[in-house]
Amino acid sequence: MSSNHCQEMRLLVQADVDGELQAAEAARVADHLESCVECARLQQRLLALSDTLRRKLPKHRAPDHLRQAVRAQLPGARAGRQAARRWPAGLAAAMVGMAASLALFAVLPMRGVDGMQDWVVAAHVRALQPQHLLDVASTDRHTVKPWFAGRLSFSPPVRDLATDGFPLIGARLDSLPGSEAAVLVYRRREHVINLFVWPASAEEATTEGSRDGYNFVHWAADGMTFWAVSDLNARELLEFAGRVR
Amino acid sequence: MRPEFEEVVLAHLDAAYGLACWLVRDPNLAEDVVQEAVLRGINYFASFRGEDGRAWLMRIVRNTAYTMLAARQQAGRIEAGDAGAVLEVPDPDDGPELALSRQDDAARIERALAALPIELRECLVLKEIEELSYKEIAHITGVPIGTVMSRLWRARRALMTAEGAADDEQ
Repeated sequence: MSSNHCQEMRLLVQADVDGELQAAEAARVADHLESCVECARLQQRLLALSDTLRRKLPKHRAPDHLRQAVRAQLPGARAGRQAARRWPAGLAAAMVGMAASLALFAVLPMRGVDGMQDWVVAAHVRALQPQHLLDVASTDRHTVKPWFAGRLSFSPPVRDLATDGFPLIGARLDSLPGSEAAVLVYRRREHVINLFVWPASAEEATTEGSRDGYNFVHWAADGMTFWAVSDLNARELLEFAGRVR
Repeated sequence: MRPEFEEVVLAHLDAAYGLACWLVRDPNLAEDVVQEAVLRGINYFASFRGEDGRAWLMRIVRNTAYTMLAARQQAGRIEAGDAGAVLEVPDPDDGPELALSRQDDAARIERALAALPIELRECLVLKEIEELSYKEIAHITGVPIGTVMSRLWRARRALMTAEGAADDEQ
């Protein structure tokens, strides 16, 4: 057999070992293996490797504390129970050992201002795609606030700022690195304002700035971190931030 | 019938955690990945149509793992500067050959797998450990089936070479 032909056959031999071939193709491979020592050996080695991997590799089982933490996260679970579970499990374990300290490294700095700017602006832009802005559409904070209960391990403050010219239009959940954020969505004329909220991990100075044409204001208050992002002009966004606080 | 979110998650939690472990190679971070993925899953569940729940969850776990690895890499750079090289993801180890020559049996094959580039490793793990089909793997990893096949081939060739059994390659 020509080696070119065998090169083509490799993926078929592999697919045969993986049980991916229809009968006709499998028969073709079997025919080839009859006459080609190289490919027959390849098949043996693929089978042996597969056997080794399946027997020797550790079977990961989700630890009990993870299973419990996940149960507590599920929509039916009470928000209060989640609060005790979510981060402490990961962080307490992370205190032990050097490898574990890397996980801390990974999570905490992302809550810092520098890394987060990009993420919240990206999340804002993503949210502007059709169908992405709102999980719950309501101008009533008495609808929005309870909506978060059971979906988050914390309860974000929800203010109706309609009288200030920033009507609430709804809310959604968003994932940012290292944290789950409540997002309150407000409107100023035709501009959408995303207000990201999650528990603060430390005191953070107020910052404002712009990125990719979007303005943002960031502050911490009452144990929560806030990021307001919008294409609204900086002055009115600051005004918005002032109203929220 | 479309199953409940809870059923899907709890039924496939071991698989989700296993994939997270293989991708991020740090048990603590893997736990965070799973928890994060579950939260994301709550958001996305509305779009779940009752297809294979395991593949659906694995896809979210996989994407979450990539996000968190990227965050960790970025965090490592910000915090550690040059020293951040030790945090380098997907993996700071030697190539599969060197990794294999050091240890025996199970530890050896595990290290060789861990030393593969992440996009090859995930294909092999999904195939050999989770026993998913090419089609499911393509869906989870977001690449065409042909790419899955060639990644699997490259992953296996690297491990076979590492095992010292290959002699007709290159």
